[in-house]
Amino acid sequence: MRLPCPICGTRDRREFYYQGAASMLERPVSGELDAWHAYVHVRDNPAGRTRDLWHHEAGCGAWVIVERDTVTHEVFGAVLVEDADAD
Amino acid sequence: MWFSGWRVLKEGLTGNKGWRPHWRDPDPKPVYDAVIIGGGGHGLATAYYLAAEHDMTNIAVLEKGYFGGGNVGRNTTIVRANYNLPGNSEFYSHSLKLWEGLEQELNFNTMFSQRGVLNLFHSDGQRDYAARRGNSMISQGDDAVLLDREGVRSMVPYLDFDNGRFPIYGGLFHPRGGTARHDAVAWGFARGADQRGVDLIQNCEVTGIDIQNGKVTGVQTSRGAIRAKKVAIVVAGRSSQVAAMAGMRLPIESHVLQAFVTEGLKPCIDQVVTFGMGHFYISQSDKGGLVFGGDLDFYASYAARGNLPMQEHVMEAAMTLMPMIGKARVLRSWGGIMDMSPDGSPVIDRTGVEGLYLNCGWCYGGFKAVPGSGFALAHLMATGRPHGSAARLRLDRFETGYGLMDEEGTGAQHNLH
Repeated sequence: MRLPCPICGTRDRREFYYQGAASMLERPVSGELDAWHAYVHVRDNPAGRTRDLWHHEAGCGAWVIVERDTVTHEVFGAVLVEDADAD
Repeated sequence: MWFSGWRVLKEGLTGNKGWRPHWRDPDPKPVYDAVIIGGGGHGLATAYYLAAEHDMTNIAVLEKGYFGGGNVGRNTTIVRANYNLPGNSEFYSHSLKLWEGLEQELNFNTMFSQRGVLNLFHSDGQRDYAARRGNSMISQGDDAVLLDREGVRSMVPYLDFDNGRFPIYGGLFHPRGGTARHDAVAWGFARGADQRGVDLIQNCEVTGIDIQNGKVTGVQTSRGAIRAKKVAIVVAGRSSQVAAMAGMRLPIESHVLQAFVTEGLKPCIDQVVTFGMGHFYISQSDKGGLVFGGDLDFYASYAARGNLPMQEHVMEAAMTLMPMIGKARVLRSWGGIMDMSPDGSPVIDRTGVEGLYLNCGWCYGGFKAVPGSGFALAHLMATGRPHGSAARLRLDRFETGYGLMDEEGTGAQHNLH
C-alpha cells in the first residue's frame, strides 16, 4: 500500500505511522463522560470508505487524513490535517 | 454416528460407504428460543454448550457463509493459558481445561496436541517479567517453567542464541499449551450441537435485528424473519456491522493479521516457539508445514489479506531467531480480520437491549478461547448470570475505566495492542 502525502507525493506505507479514525480530530467540547468515551473508544469501524489519520513520521512529519477503502485497500486521496482541522 | 477405532477399521474394510453427513441442513423455523448470529468457532461452541449444559435445544445458529469459513479457519491454531491479569487469567485457564476434555466430550478428533508453548526472553528485565508471569500462571492453577539459556538450548538447539541484538537469555515454558486442528474444532462443535437438536443454518445472512420496547424480538435474514427472545451476536471480524443493526456502536477497530505456512517438512519444531521481541511465533503442523505469524499490519482493514511490509518483517524476524528456516519455501499466506478492542481483551456481555448478547473483541487470541467463550456465553444466555470465568469480560469497562485488562500495560486505546 502506498499513501499520497500532500507534501511529499506518493510514498511507501512504511514511512507512515497509523493513528486511527479521523474522528479523533473531533474533540468533545464538554466534559461529559459519554462524549469522551465515544471519542476515545467507540468507532464507526466501517467496512468500506473510511477517513483515518496517518503521521508521515519517516518523511516530512506531517499529519495526514487519508481517505481509503478498508475492504479493497484502494486509496482515494489525502489532505493535511492542518488544512482540514482549524484546531 | 459415533467415531471409534472399530468404526474406522470397519469402514476402511468396506469401502467407506457407511459414513453420513455430520449434520442436517434444515430450513429455518419461524420461531426459536434463541438465535446465535455467526457460525464460527465461538458461535458453534455457544450453541453446543446451550444444548449440552442447559438443555436449550430449540435454538439456531445462523451463518452467512459456511461453518468455520471465518477466523476459526484462518488462525495459527495455538492454545494456551499464559495470561497475567485477573479476567483473562481465569477465563483462559477455564478454556484450557475444556480443551483438555474436548475430544472425549465431542467424540471428535481435533488433533489437540499439548506440545508446549515457549516464550523467549532476551534481557534480565524480561526474565523478571517472565518469572512474574509464570508465577501468575501457577497461582491460577496452570503450569509454567522458567528455563535458563541452557534449558532452552536443550529444547530448541537450532535457535541463534548469540544474536547480536536479541541474545537468548531463557524462556518461559507452558507445557499444557499447544495446538489443535482449527477446522476440526468448528466441525466437532457443529456436529455435537446438531446431535442435540440445534438447527445449524448456513447461507443465511442476518440483515436486521428486531427490537421492540427495548427488547429483542428476532432477526431478519436472507431466508426470512425469525423470531427469538434471545439473540447473540458472535461475529468477531464483523462485530461493528452486526451491532449497528441493533443501533449500537462498539469500541472495536478491525485490523488484519497475517499468517504463513511453508511447504511440508520433516519434524523439526516440536513446540510452539514465540519470539515476542520480533513479533514472531511458529509451530509445525502435523502435515509438516511450518505455521508462523507476526503482528498486525496496523491499519484498519477488512480485506482478509495483508501487505508486503509486514510479510517482510515477519520473514526477517524468522531469520533472526532461527536462521535454518531460510531454506524453507513459503507455500501461502493469508489474513484474518481481528476485532481489536481498546485494551486488547474480549467482551462477553449483555447489551442495552434486553435479550441481546454480545461476544466480540477477541483481538488476535480468539482460537484458544473457543470452548471457554462458548461455555461462558451459553451460561450467560441460559441463566442470566455471567459465568465465573468470564464475569470480568464486561462491555462497560471502557466507559467506567473499571476492570480494564491491558496485558501489555500500554494503555486502553486503539492502535496500542
